Amino acid sequence: MEKDEKVKLSKVLLICAKGSIEDVYATLVMGNGAVMEGIETKLFFTFFGLDAITKKQMNKLHTATVGNPAMRMPGGLPFPTLLGALPFVEAGVSAMMKSQMEKLDIPGVEEFLELIVAGGGEIYGCKLAADMFGLKKEDLYDDVKGIITVGDLYAMCDGPGTQIIFT
Amino acid sequence: MATKTYAGVNIEVNDEGYMLDSLKWSKEVATEIAKEEGIELTDKHFEVLDYIRTKVANGDTLTIRGINKSGVVDAKTFYQLFPGAPLKKATKIAGVAKPESCI
Repeated sequence: MEKDEKVKLSKVLLICAKGSIEDVYATLVMGNGAVMEGIETKLFFTFFGLDAITKKQMNKLHTATVGNPAMRMPGGLPFPTLLGALPFVEAGVSAMMKSQMEKLDIPGVEEFLELIVAGGGEIYGCKLAADMFGLKKEDLYDDVKGIITVGDLYAMCDGPGTQIIFT
Repeated sequence: MATKTYAGVNIEVNDEGYMLDSLKWSKEVATEIAKEEGIELTDKHFEVLDYIRTKVANGDTLTIRGINKSGVVDAKTFYQLFPGAPLKKATKIAGVAKPESCI
């Protein structure tokens, strides 16, 4: 093999450890994109990221309006942190984000997972986090392939064209 | 840019093999491009190609979600019809530009 020969990306493992809309979507968009490119794709949800594959929570994700320096008012003015702490403000912001995404034809969480699975992508939950939150397989989205350990995850990472991406 | 001959017609394609003039497309041309991609076209394939050509002609953005909701084909079948990178392959065979969308 020549020294600088490039190895084509053939498999990605995406790890999602946070449960806000934007964190989960980073994983979903990249996962779906990989599936669409014909790349073998596995999604691994852990800690608060588990919300994205928990039946009760998956379609009700929120975004952080407090402590988020990139938050802005419509029009671009800075978004005061104190305002974000008021009741209903967070709900309004999250709803606005969702409607914005709908306009761009970005699917909801469940529909996104459906598309990823349809393309052959695989979805896993983290065993330790599931134990911590008291979640069982039946609490998770039906197409979750399994609740696995870190060791199981690494065992899936074989092959020279494999990348692990922590979103 | 290069010129290729599909079904006896000279067709200009870009570096990635996408047709530059969608109007030169025909079922015969599609069949030959598909062969290069290792796909034998069936009636179902043509239904999907038709849908894609209509969408693009209307100036709509193609997404996997849109295809899934099209009523022509669901996402799973779409992946089976055009294995590997379905949207890229299907658009190439449909004689339209490569979609510029992340979803």
